[in-house]
Amino acid sequence: MQTDRYLLNVENLGLKRGGRDILRHVNLRLRAGQVHGLLGLNGSGKSSLAYALMGCAGYEPDEGLIEFAGQDITHFSITQRARSGLTLAWQEPARFEGLPVGAYLALGAKERNQESLASALEAVALAPAAYMKRAVNHTLSGGERKRVELAAVHAMQPKLVILDEPDSGVDVLTLRDVDALIRSMAARGGSVLMITHRDEMITAADSASLICQGTIVFRGTPDEVRAYYGKRCRMHSGALGAQPWERDSRVSP
Amino acid sequence: MTTPTTKPLHQMRAQAEPAWTKELEAILEAYSKGGGDPAALSMPKVATLVVSSNRVLLANEIPGVRFEAEELPHGVRARILVAPGVHVEKTVHLCFGMLPAEGEQEIIAEYDIGAGAQVDFLAHCTFPNAIRLRHLMDAKIRVGSGAKMVYRESHFHGPHGGIEVLPKAKVTVEDGGTFISSFSLVHGRVGTLDIEYDVAAAKQSIAELTTKAYGQSDDRLRVNESLHLNGEGARGLTKTRIAVRDQATSEVFTTAEGNAPFARGHMDCTEVIRGKATARNVPVVVVRDDRAHVTHEAAIGTVNHKELETLMARGLDEEEAVDIIIRGMLQES
Repeated sequence: MQTDRYLLNVENLGLKRGGRDILRHVNLRLRAGQVHGLLGLNGSGKSSLAYALMGCAGYEPDEGLIEFAGQDITHFSITQRARSGLTLAWQEPARFEGLPVGAYLALGAKERNQESLASALEAVALAPAAYMKRAVNHTLSGGERKRVELAAVHAMQPKLVILDEPDSGVDVLTLRDVDALIRSMAARGGSVLMITHRDEMITAADSASLICQGTIVFRGTPDEVRAYYGKRCRMHSGALGAQPWERDSRVSP
Repeated sequence: MTTPTTKPLHQMRAQAEPAWTKELEAILEAYSKGGGDPAALSMPKVATLVVSSNRVLLANEIPGVRFEAEELPHGVRARILVAPGVHVEKTVHLCFGMLPAEGEQEIIAEYDIGAGAQVDFLAHCTFPNAIRLRHLMDAKIRVGSGAKMVYRESHFHGPHGGIEVLPKAKVTVEDGGTFISSFSLVHGRVGTLDIEYDVAAAKQSIAELTTKAYGQSDDRLRVNESLHLNGEGARGLTKTRIAVRDQATSEVFTTAEGNAPFARGHMDCTEVIRGKATARNVPVVVVRDDRAHVTHEAAIGTVNHKELETLMARGLDEEEAVDIIIRGMLQES
């Protein structure tokens, strides 16, 4: 298998928490420069997969393999993963008492000069003069904090960024803004794994997957995944309380 | 035994020039290393008091701000007076320190802020070479009716830890007055810290006490703060931010008493521990009027997991991330 062609190669990943299967047989591959959308309903395992890929405590896989940039990172610490070029923008970002926005951006930034940091803020529609010295604490609204988080990963210029629900809680940042941000990261050679429950968010992706009940059940172009999600996944979930692959062997994972 | 001397401050300054110039330079250098701005101490419109060991090295009064000082065998007795109604435009700078590795400095201070006055103090306490040294501060503070006093005290200690810092203050805030104090000891080793503040707040007055300290190695921290909200509508807050690591210990005792109608008090304590450190918080709530309301919240534990993982996801290792989180929490405001 020529896994070295892939920036990220996840094979047969499994994770249990509290005796429950959270992730099952997850297989996922991304190439360098690719934007991949991972779509799923709430509780489908999207964020758990993000935490497992990033190496967060409590999300160590019970089985499977994570390869990144040609290395087996399955047992790497978060820091090791970040230093090899992988990062995560959390759905609900942390707050930091006493840490100014500028200093926060600079912590992981590839280029730490003021111009680069200002450019990262502008990429998420925040005026550098108004935000650079503000603390990353409760004085920022949820939407502002989210944008600062996106600016931080933008400044970092990682090989792969996992964006967990990048539009959630963002008041003014539109779908178009998120698309522009993602494209700007991709244009610099970075890859993006965008996690969302809103199917319209993945239209700008190069490829997409659908996750449900902890496993990837469908792959295809963004349009194919959206169609499947809209016509079958949501409907089955809402009306029947079951997913199509639970009754349809043709789409069984 | 040395006889205490009392001199007008202009005489002290004159006396200081030949013999104490070097000491003044050294204490100002230490002041600068501790985050102070020595240039601010020489501005003519800035009220300034610099005390090294038991000597007043520099004193600059401005209209409405008066210093009275008396040298004691091991320290200085000082009265700091702000005239009623005076709004002091620029921060009053105070610098207390000792350069020797051993010894004792006792500052007996009386602050009298006249009715309607407004003043900000910035006190730097600098002990860069301390190995076996005691610094005692015994302050009596009166904030007059409708007056506002902001007092920020920042300590700069050396790396040895052999210092005892024992600040005591008894504060009276009269009707409609405001007293805001912050104490910070986050640079160098704490050694032993034992804070004792007691504030009585009268009708419609405000009292806020903030304490921030970072204990390492075998440092011992003890904070004992009491708010007596005695007047109708008095409001008080204690905010404590402590981090301890290694074998350091921290004990925080805070008391808020709601003794009058519509008095509002809150105690907020966050302590972060690492390694084999120990932290203890004992809040005491006393309410003597059914229209008063006093609350408290305390959190003791390791650093927030999400904050830690977020910084690690930016490439910092765990120790670097912990340090940034703790330094942020303890940042001087």
